Amino acid sequence: MGIVNITKSYDADFVRQVEEESGQDLALCYQCGNCTAGCPYTFAYDYPVSKIMRLAQAGQKETVLKSKSLWLCATCESCTTRCPNNIDVAHIMDVLRHMARREGYAPVPTVKKFWDSFLDSVENNGRVFEVGLLAAYIAKTGRFWTDLDLGPKILPTGKMHFKPHQIQGKEEIAKIFKRYKEGSRK
Amino acid sequence: MSDSLKFAYYPGCSGTGTSMEYDMSTRAVCRELGITLTDIPDWSCCGSTPAHTVDHTLSCALSARNLQLVENMKMDTAITPCPSCLTNLKTAERRMKDDDMRDKANKLLDNPYKGGVTTKSVLQILVEDLGLDALKNKTVRPLKGLKVAAYYGCIMNRPPEVMNFDDPEHPMAMDNIMTALGATVLPFPLKVECCGASFGIPRKDVVMNLSGKLLDAADDLGVDALVTACPLCQMNLDLRQSQINSATDAKHNIPIFYYTQLMGLALGMNEKELGMNKLCVSPRKAINAIGSENK
Repeated sequence: MGIVNITKSYDADFVRQVEEESGQDLALCYQCGNCTAGCPYTFAYDYPVSKIMRLAQAGQKETVLKSKSLWLCATCESCTTRCPNNIDVAHIMDVLRHMARREGYAPVPTVKKFWDSFLDSVENNGRVFEVGLLAAYIAKTGRFWTDLDLGPKILPTGKMHFKPHQIQGKEEIAKIFKRYKEGSRK
Repeated sequence: MSDSLKFAYYPGCSGTGTSMEYDMSTRAVCRELGITLTDIPDWSCCGSTPAHTVDHTLSCALSARNLQLVENMKMDTAITPCPSCLTNLKTAERRMKDDDMRDKANKLLDNPYKGGVTTKSVLQILVEDLGLDALKNKTVRPLKGLKVAAYYGCIMNRPPEVMNFDDPEHPMAMDNIMTALGATVLPFPLKVECCGASFGIPRKDVVMNLSGKLLDAADDLGVDALVTACPLCQMNLDLRQSQINSATDAKHNIPIFYYTQLMGLALGMNEKELGMNKLCVSPRKAINAIGSENK
């Protein structure tokens, strides 16, 4: 990950903010590497999870928030389960993603677009509408060929519905999102 | 005994779509075993992974709406087949015990959640509330001759402080159910490894790699089938098996059952009722292996 000169780039506010939002003590991480050893996603990450922890301790805000790893973590909870110091590492990854989002970073755009399409579907229908989600994702990314080969496999099973399930509380769900968005703008 | 086996039921969004056969077989098996499921009226999406990657209060509120509906039902325990729904509902159940979080999340809701609902997986109540003996007693068609391995996926039992069920590194609930039904269960070394989860669409390469390893391990063991408890795991391994074969130059042909489907067969139900025709990799050879030991 190159040389980090922490005397110049240590961001104390960032460290405090991560600790506050996650309720975790970053200083407890002594870099044993157990989280990375168990993480199935290291092969796709730019920084393994133990390095994200180290960079966070060292207050390297920009490097951490720009990292692809935050967007490729699936929250499989193996890091949290195996941390010998009981640090909820997956929770910290989640909080870092929240911060990255707020700062406008999305270094793995397809993942962000997929998650956003998913939540739009929930906001509009109250439940996820799988076909609609797929269509929205394709519209956002232009990746219309992505799973074309699966059509002939799944269509005959009758599992894909072409209309969303309408729930009575649809408006209630839309209001959850509305209130959330209003609150986060303040 | 069956008087106590009444639960509020949360099918989860995929239960009405891509994991329809999981929902069908869960309902069928519970009915047969005297477990009464009452659907949570007008349940909504728990927000799954995307919600908690955006904000914890939002995620909590989306799950808490459902817990509040369970309170309305005057019931105290909700069960769900889906580990992703389970983890969200259980996390919300826990976070909503914190005054600050409860206030914040309830501000997003029309009807506030008071707290006090417990969430469990269907798997947990089958093992803990019903019990393996009751299951054995109801078995009319033992799965003798069928070699399976149980794949739990990552979050059914993790993190242990939240999930409070089985062993986070070496869960045995499905292994024990399959053994009780008469199947030959082989120990699956990757039983809690992640399949690649919802990255199938945005980062197919990740799923090809991770699910590919699971299928390789299953083939190395020489199983007739894998048994799963998660809609996303099942979809990655079953629907995407042909993609994995092309991407990794493999020739896997492993049926991927929901454990409830095989339970249903052992309880004497017909294949259609269990949604066997909705699997992408044909289950025929595996189903035909049942009883082969007796012949």
